[in-house]
Amino acid sequence: MTKIKYIEHNGKQHEVNVANDLSVMEGAVQNDIPGIDADCGGGMACATCHVYVKEDWFNKLPEKTEGEDDMLDQAYKPSPSSRLSCQITVSDELNGLVVHLPEKQL
Amino acid sequence: MIDTDVLIVGAGPTGLFCAHQLGIVGLKCEIVDNLNKLGGQCIELYPDKPIYDIPAIPECTGEELTNNLIEQIKPFNFNFHLNDRVEEVKKDKNKWLVKTNKGKEFKVSSIIIAGGVGSFEPRKFSLKECEKFEGKEIFYSIKDKNIFNNKTVSIFGGGDAALDWAIELSAISKVQLIHRRDEFRGAQASVNKVKELNKEGKIELLTKYQLSSIKGDKKIESISIKHDDGDTKNIKTDYLLGFFGLIMQLGPITNWRLNLDKKHIPVNTENFETNQKGIFAIGDICTYTGKLKLILSGFHEGALAARGCFKYARPNEKLRFEFTTTSKSVHNRLGIK
Repeated sequence: MTKIKYIEHNGKQHEVNVANDLSVMEGAVQNDIPGIDADCGGGMACATCHVYVKEDWFNKLPEKTEGEDDMLDQAYKPSPSSRLSCQITVSDELNGLVVHLPEKQL
Repeated sequence: MIDTDVLIVGAGPTGLFCAHQLGIVGLKCEIVDNLNKLGGQCIELYPDKPIYDIPAIPECTGEELTNNLIEQIKPFNFNFHLNDRVEEVKKDKNKWLVKTNKGKEFKVSSIIIAGGVGSFEPRKFSLKECEKFEGKEIFYSIKDKNIFNNKTVSIFGGGDAALDWAIELSAISKVQLIHRRDEFRGAQASVNKVKELNKEGKIELLTKYQLSSIKGDKKIESISIKHDDGDTKNIKTDYLLGFFGLIMQLGPITNWRLNLDKKHIPVNTENFETNQKGIFAIGDICTYTGKLKLILSGFHEGALAARGCFKYARPNEKLRFEFTTTSKSVHNRLGIK
């Protein structure tokens, strides 16, 4: 289990334990954390699991896969610190990861 | 007014196969979809991505799956109404009256919603001020390019629509192409063409910039764009075009008095009927205990919903269960001699 902190746009924090090999998106959905829609269910076919990851953690994440940036172009208010949470696989190295949720996904 | 048995909302794989099942049990249907082509998410989101979990098909793309489904329902000659969206649904005695965006009207005994996660709509600028200029100086699609003649046009986006319009309008307008990063996701040939036109001074390229504010009261005077490094630029423009891809929204379905659970429609698992008698929901849009968002689940749901429609369309007949391998009447419907 890996600790992940999801911070909603209004500042509300949710710290949960997520099983390794799940995605950060699944960690949110399974724990009923609002702010991640994941319309396509993790197929990298929408941009509704968009999160922001601050630099300290951003650089420790596995690199973006091909096509992730293309999908992020279609996210709500993307920034250089944007990631699709369905593309981040939870592992021991990510223990303590903090992700910030956008104001909305659509 | 088109009078038929069933109206299917959504022409993705689930809607298409459900049409097949309606045909098999001898019912007629019409199919409406907001996109300009059949296939739904399979075509719009991942036409080239292989799918590995369609029973008995080890691997196929979204496009191949769609083409096969279209082929499979050909014998029934059902009508499609593309580029149109169902707006209004009204109960009229034991029938449903349905009206679309384009004003088409249907009278049916059942409606099957196979709408995926909703209809595809263009993603808009996230700035609130953009709303009041929409349709006047801000557009998300182009109907008449002549209005941009000799004007300054700021195009936002990095996909094919943004690139294609930048190229096309560079012949008649002053074009500024603004994108949030250096890479473009459109076709390589278009990217090369844009870079060439940029060198010739026909397209101004502003990358790593996003829209930050708009100045102007009745008319747009100028806009500010903000670079990733925080630097802000003020630029004059007459028009803004946004091409940020499509997002999925439930849209008018939310007004049909259906129970909703977040963005999904709860159904029973006997025939996938909703809380409204005669309205069914299948595929990604429906929810029930154990729901899996798989294409194969959508097929199953469609088969049962089609049979659920039978009692409304043919209240005085009994539905007979028949196999396609042996039934004469099914063979007739399929046009097999």
